[in-house]
Amino acid sequence: MSDPLLVADHVTKTFTARRRASRGGSQVVRAVDDVSLAIEPGETLGLVGETGCGKSTLARCVARLYPLTGGTVRFDGHDISTLSGRRLRPFRREMQVIFQDPYGSLNPRRRVGSIIGDGLAIHHVADGSARREQVQHLMEVVGLNPEHYNRFPADFSGGQRQRIGIARALALRPKLIICDEPVSALDVSIQAQVINLLLDLQSDFRLTYLFITHDLSVVRHVSSRIAVMYLGRIVETGTVDELFANSRHPYTRALLSAVPPADPDAADSREPVVLPGDLPSSVNPPSGCPFHPRCPRRQADCELAMPPLDPVYDDGPDHLTACLHPLRAGEDLSGATSDGAA
Amino acid sequence: MTIRVREAPDRRVEPPAPDVVGRGPWELAWRRLRADKVAMGSLVVIVLMVLVAVFAPVFAHVTGHPPNMQYHREGLTPDGLPRPPNSTFVLGTDDLGRDILVRIAYGARISLGVGVLATMLTVVVGVVLGLLAGFLRGVVDLVIARLIDVVLSIPFLLVAIALVSVSGPGLTITILVIGMFSWASMARIVRGQVLFLREREFVEAARSLGASDLRIMFVDVLPNVLAPVIVYTTLLIPVVIIVQATLSFLGLGLPAPAADWGGMISEAQNYYTVAWWFVLFPSLALLITTIAFNLLGDGVRDAVDPRIGRLVRPR
Repeated sequence: MSDPLLVADHVTKTFTARRRASRGGSQVVRAVDDVSLAIEPGETLGLVGETGCGKSTLARCVARLYPLTGGTVRFDGHDISTLSGRRLRPFRREMQVIFQDPYGSLNPRRRVGSIIGDGLAIHHVADGSARREQVQHLMEVVGLNPEHYNRFPADFSGGQRQRIGIARALALRPKLIICDEPVSALDVSIQAQVINLLLDLQSDFRLTYLFITHDLSVVRHVSSRIAVMYLGRIVETGTVDELFANSRHPYTRALLSAVPPADPDAADSREPVVLPGDLPSSVNPPSGCPFHPRCPRRQADCELAMPPLDPVYDDGPDHLTACLHPLRAGEDLSGATSDGAA
Repeated sequence: MTIRVREAPDRRVEPPAPDVVGRGPWELAWRRLRADKVAMGSLVVIVLMVLVAVFAPVFAHVTGHPPNMQYHREGLTPDGLPRPPNSTFVLGTDDLGRDILVRIAYGARISLGVGVLATMLTVVVGVVLGLLAGFLRGVVDLVIARLIDVVLSIPFLLVAIALVSVSGPGLTITILVIGMFSWASMARIVRGQVLFLREREFVEAARSLGASDLRIMFVDVLPNVLAPVIVYTTLLIPVVIIVQATLSFLGLGLPAPAADWGGMISEAQNYYTVAWWFVLFPSLALLITTIAFNLLGDGVRDAVDPRIGRLVRPR
């Protein structure tokens, strides 16, 4: 395998919420806590987790939209975690973001052509009619009518707007595209179109994706590897097949059980596991393993020690789990072992 | 341009249309404004007033009365009082026997000129400082926001009187004084809008493309604050005109012989019991101009942002 395109090493991001002095000063929110991951060229890493677990914050840290609190981000072998402004600009060209909200991410006062061509203008790639030609070509590539070059975002539907966002991200021919929930704001029927477009573009332009979503059926369809996040930490990573067949972490297992089966009558369709409680506050995370208050398998030591992200049982180095009492193959969350199921 | 061959064949069934140009927010606003009869009427009045100002020398030429010429014989009664409107002096004369019509025309130059220039100064300073404060936050914001508070709490007229009496009356000082005191409200409006806009995702998108702060501020954020800026600008012009007239009324406008509306109203103070035309016509000029700008401003506000403040008018 070649060198990873992007390496995040112990990335931490905290936000400080100011409160009145009488109520005990400021609060620190650990949105991303000591996250390490690597993305190989050409692959799609799916980042999943429930709302508020820090997925988008991690994406913005990796894309250097937020300054990091700790850790490093290396892109193509270069440490970009402390670069700023002008020095960062060449890397911006190689790494683009597709945003979740197709309404908020397009400037309502600018024409579509100038939105898509913005990157070309900023990096002085093309001007005037050359820029227009490139933008219209991009519009065709993403399935928009190039004659709508002069329209405003308000004239387009949600799915079309997301195509505009994709064309903008594609304009500079980046190596890595960070997709921050690119389809969760869209209708289900449109979701499939946009996902297929993203997959087509990946093979046409040899793109690498960091694909963030809370929708597991989407992530199964697009990703080669998956990282599961809980409360600012990665609790399990592995290849898609490995994770869907043989997940070790109770949280991953609970998440996967929530995916509706393709065939509801099939014998192995599992009962969804309902976790008690809500995602704890990242202002005041639980001691030890952050998942222990909701974990059906918790034991006394879970409250004490933070489990490291390591291979468990006979897993290879590609399947890492942060759990003190991981599940074995075939074991289900209630603790019973069902024979033959995998 | 040529129509490209597209993959989807059903699209080509339609006859090839010319370039599709989206109707932008500004074009739509202009269309709404065009439909607003009151606003368009006001615009006509303003244009007429501008024409009067531009062609003030024509008034002087046609009547044969230069603006500062004193007609002691034809322009004053034997008692030395102003003459009422007549065929020679259409709007009557003032206490020195000067033609009020011609002086109103010349006065329009001062009022509109100061109105536009001082407003432009206000808008440029207010928008730039508001943009910097709202976008850059931090120390810049702290300094500018406190400066806004200070400026807004200074009693304007007292300081204006003090400044003008120190420097001596003149057009430049009038414009500077007005600009110095009115940028703060504009900056506050812009800052508030920018604080909201800078958190929008399209600003993040621009940043991820590698846009510099300056580019984001002026290319991405500025067009989105232009609507309130334009509305406030149209409503600021009449205020500035009034302030300029007030300063002239208090004797802080242009030096004596120059014709300007506030000065004329001031000179008419001692004569309004015997010469109604002397005070009425300059006041009317001032009133009509400011009302026209205010009504236009209301129309612009409705047109630019149709969601708020629109009255449902019966047909």
